[in-house]
Amino acid sequence: MEPITIAGTPKTPTVSFEPSGKVEIKGRSIPENSIAFYKPLVDWLEEYMQNPATKTEVNIQLEYFNTSSSKCILDVFKKLEAIYKSGNDVAISWYYEEDDEDMLEAGEDYQSIIKIPFKMIEIEE
Amino acid sequence: MAFDVGQWLNKNSEGDVLFLFKGEVSNSLVADSLEKIEEKTSEVPSKVKKKIYNVFVECMQNLFHHSSIIPEFGNGIKGKYAICILKQTKTNYQVISGNFIGDKQRNFLEKHITHINSLDSGELKELYKEILDNQEFSDKGGGGLGLVDMSRKSGSKLEYKFSNHENGFFFFELLINIDV
Repeated sequence: MEPITIAGTPKTPTVSFEPSGKVEIKGRSIPENSIAFYKPLVDWLEEYMQNPATKTEVNIQLEYFNTSSSKCILDVFKKLEAIYKSGNDVAISWYYEEDDEDMLEAGEDYQSIIKIPFKMIEIEE
Repeated sequence: MAFDVGQWLNKNSEGDVLFLFKGEVSNSLVADSLEKIEEKTSEVPSKVKKKIYNVFVECMQNLFHHSSIIPEFGNGIKGKYAICILKQTKTNYQVISGNFIGDKQRNFLEKHITHINSLDSGELKELYKEILDNQEFSDKGGGGLGLVDMSRKSGSKLEYKFSNHENGFFFFELLINIDV
């Protein structure tokens, strides 16, 4: 299985999905077409879940994202939840900048929807 | 008498305008405008800045996805014509938008905004999660998630007004206060 590596732009996040179990999305997410941007990521996880790594470590560090991305990010989390539910180790770290209560709250929103261990990590600006 | 867009624009562009867009909205405009806003807000504290970006992006996206395509109303007012203004006042920042919509959208917005404005922050959070998790939506529309998000992020009630225009169109104005 090939990894996904996408460089970030002012509109889209940096993405790194590795078959070894490291999954990262960083930056800002306001794509013109969120579904087109996130579909390959969801498809990748669909394939990955057939034979996942012993431990899947997920790092999400978003500066900000629009509401159409928020649904797509939930789709990513739902795939990860399926991997977790079938007995695999999955841990999500949700990073937010110091004082960014909105981003912390966004993480908590996902945490309450998705049943996977979620860690909130504050980073200094 | 039909609603006068020029007058509305003059009235709303008074004061300290950081950004003003008027014309036909396109998809790429959203990100391009954001770049300009970032330049203008480099001195704003990061926390407030992100709120401004969030509200602004949702606002522009709503304009792009939900503006009616109107016939030529004169003065270049045609197609997906919309206005979006970012203003700084003595006490806060304001995002003000105006666009044309039809009868159906007016009814939807009226109901949806009245509902949003009746909720406290905890209830807004629940509504946001409900729409996020339970409703299918395409990239075109977030089932009203954008307006819920704007209200959540700004922490203020959505101020709005509909004015009759010609040919069954309404001019929909929306004002969001972002407190510092």
